[in-house]
Amino acid sequence: MTDHATSPVTWHAWLTTTSPESRRQAKLGQLYRQWLAFRKNPAAVVGLVIVLALLLLAAFAPLIAQHDPLAQALDQRLLAPSAKHWFGTDALGRDIFSRVVYGTRVTLVIVMLVVITVGPLGLLIGCAAGYFGGWVDTVLMRITDVFLAFPRLVLALAFVAALGPGLENAVIAIAFTAWPPYARVARAETMIIRNADYISAMRLQGASQMRIVLKHVVPMCVPSLIVRTTYDMAGIIIIAAGLGFLGLGAQPPIPEWGAMISTGREQIFDQWWVATFPGIAICVVALGFNLLGDGLRDVLDAR
Amino acid sequence: MADAPLLTLDDLRVDFHTPTGIVNAVRGLSFTLGRERLGIVGESGSGKSMTGRAILDLIPHPGVVTAKRMEFRGKDLTTMDKASRRKLRGRHISMVMQDPKFSLNPVQTVGDQIAEAYRVHHKASARQAKERSLSMLEAVQIREPGRVYDLYPHEVSGGMGQRVMIAMMLIAEPEILIADEPTSALDVTVQLQVLKILDDLVTSRGMGLIFISHDLHLVKSFCDRVIVMYGGKAMETLPASELDRAQHPYTRGLLGCLPDLDHPREKLATLNRDPAWLA
Amino acid sequence: MSTNSAINVDKLNVSFGDSHVVKDLSFAVEPGESYGIVGESGSGKSTVLRVLAGLNRDWSGEVDILGKRQPKIRDKAFYRAVQMVFQDPYGSLHPKKTVDDTLAEPLAIHGIRDAETKISRALQDVGLPASFRFRYPHQLSGGQRQRVAIARALVLEPTILLLDEPTSALDVSIQAEVLNLLQALRHERKLTYILVSHDLAVVGHMCERLLVMQFGRGVEEMTAATLAARAPQTAYAQQLLTASEGFRRAG
Repeated sequence: MTDHATSPVTWHAWLTTTSPESRRQAKLGQLYRQWLAFRKNPAAVVGLVIVLALLLLAAFAPLIAQHDPLAQALDQRLLAPSAKHWFGTDALGRDIFSRVVYGTRVTLVIVMLVVITVGPLGLLIGCAAGYFGGWVDTVLMRITDVFLAFPRLVLALAFVAALGPGLENAVIAIAFTAWPPYARVARAETMIIRNADYISAMRLQGASQMRIVLKHVVPMCVPSLIVRTTYDMAGIIIIAAGLGFLGLGAQPPIPEWGAMISTGREQIFDQWWVATFPGIAICVVALGFNLLGDGLRDVLDAR
Repeated sequence: MADAPLLTLDDLRVDFHTPTGIVNAVRGLSFTLGRERLGIVGESGSGKSMTGRAILDLIPHPGVVTAKRMEFRGKDLTTMDKASRRKLRGRHISMVMQDPKFSLNPVQTVGDQIAEAYRVHHKASARQAKERSLSMLEAVQIREPGRVYDLYPHEVSGGMGQRVMIAMMLIAEPEILIADEPTSALDVTVQLQVLKILDDLVTSRGMGLIFISHDLHLVKSFCDRVIVMYGGKAMETLPASELDRAQHPYTRGLLGCLPDLDHPREKLATLNRDPAWLA
Repeated sequence: MSTNSAINVDKLNVSFGDSHVVKDLSFAVEPGESYGIVGESGSGKSTVLRVLAGLNRDWSGEVDILGKRQPKIRDKAFYRAVQMVFQDPYGSLHPKKTVDDTLAEPLAIHGIRDAETKISRALQDVGLPASFRFRYPHQLSGGQRQRVAIARALVLEPTILLLDEPTSALDVSIQAEVLNLLQALRHERKLTYILVSHDLAVVGHMCERLLVMQFGRGVEEMTAATLAARAPQTAYAQQLLTASEGFRRAG
């Protein structure tokens, strides 16, 4: 296989061949075709670039930030943006650019934790409810309805109030409030899929219910959930920021964007930069995830 | 059939400009239509449906229609503007599609839809339009037109839905009716009733009918003349009664593939497609 | 007769809520026979097939398959003996699985070893080149998909194959190829077929005996010879036969 990899032309041919020779080649080829389709949507590519930039910033934060995000310098309080402090400094003399850069790590941690808990949870609950129907469906969906009945931020507030403020608890709270829509989407998809002939065909092979749900129903629901998650990222970031803003999320001195806006609100009329730059960061990242979601929807949901 | 043709097509082409290249759906089709039942048969991808749509100017976006000549009763359709083409549609040339479920508006009663089709092309009061619609429903042999008038599309059966479609398409008294697989979604016994109605109306009103179908038996028994299409081209045109004696290897191949109760064979003939047919 | 039959159905009734879709249906299929069920939409013909396959559980009556009384819920062993091919080749293959995945799955479920050779043989048997093995359904034509569906049904080496309008979504030239394939496989492997179709010519070509159904009831059982001689006894079967011969202009 390595001899194919000599030039990009043969790579392309190898990936787009209509008669792949192995499982791996077939799967890679499928991914490559999706990438070719994704690439055609400029907005989606912008979204991807923003998300990749976020990842790079988080990974290389110590190299990019010129200052320690936690180092206070009380003699340099509330300095306007300059060559030394690109985004200015805050009330404790910390460099806002460095804090925004380090803030990407906090944001990513929240987003990742929420995604790895919410995706599988919503998917399993939704697929089970949709596939089995009957009382399983009724019980699972009523529980879902209870969670859906509360506004998300209010429910998250209640959880944090019960669990105590802090980053971990904020993540748990967001995860608890984020799964119901996923379960709903997965259930709706499953109810269509379960009547498809290819699922009947699996039952005719003697496959167990578990195997059908996990190996045949779930893969069909995953794309729409990935799309949904990407869209939801913006909401999650904003709720995390909201909790931070209310002092219930990440605790000082952690550089979390919402908390930064919160502390900056006292100076908003005189030192606009304190609240503005973290606000722009939230805005850009939320937009990036949204654009990416649009692009993924076109590629993954195309049936 | 002696009078001037209703429709003349010369070198009709339909091309789809897709990102991966140009797809030629119809490549150089020519025929004339008189007051007759003209069948167009072919397999999927033969361009038979695209031909019907091209005549009505209903080719979807990346498709481009060109023709050396495309005339409706001497009027040149190739130079006609969109608005005039639209006026022609329904009033002079109508189309019945395969599945009535997708062609009827689900939130309006079938009677109102027929009446509206009439009022689009004729100045008439609501009452006159309703009277016309009721008599049209009677013409397509619906037993209780008054009751059916007030039904919604989901309340009528497939066969009745297709009759409603025919009533709707014929109420403006078009000169040409294009029927694209009008009975393929119906059961055989219902299919024949619908065809009978279509046949009577076409004959009594002196219309030209273009009957698009994949069913060779049906076309053979229903039409006067048949065009056999393959890959966007006409393989041959012949009187329907002579279909059994077709010369072209494609037509013969198609006939040979059909299981036949009178000539049981252990193995059905299969079709060998010759690239030269498309040259 | 019932003891030796491959399939014996006695007084089968199926209801969905208020609608009674199969009424007191009885028939028997001999081992190695090809049996047709013909009817228009709503006749209940596909429902019968789904009951036999164990996909429908709302039925009453007696169903014996290969000498065993069948419960509502079938066990795994049942599916090694009975398989089914669906009507719509576009809906019966999982869109995110390659041909290889589709054929490997039944083997994995039943713990059958030597999947590698079994899969290549299955492809060969249905006339698909080995290069198609790692393709996705969207890279196949309707006829090729139906061949994959047939391969999937045969990979467990069943003795009974239930065919639900296997060619009605295909062009006639492709239909001929698929019917030829089904005929050849049946002779090679001594399979028992039940073929459900609305097309009398197809049933006449494929089956030795057939049952005409209307509104959930069996109207008439006849041999293919009776059909070819245009000699059904009942008015409905006669009407269906006449209708299938094409349009007749009165006068």
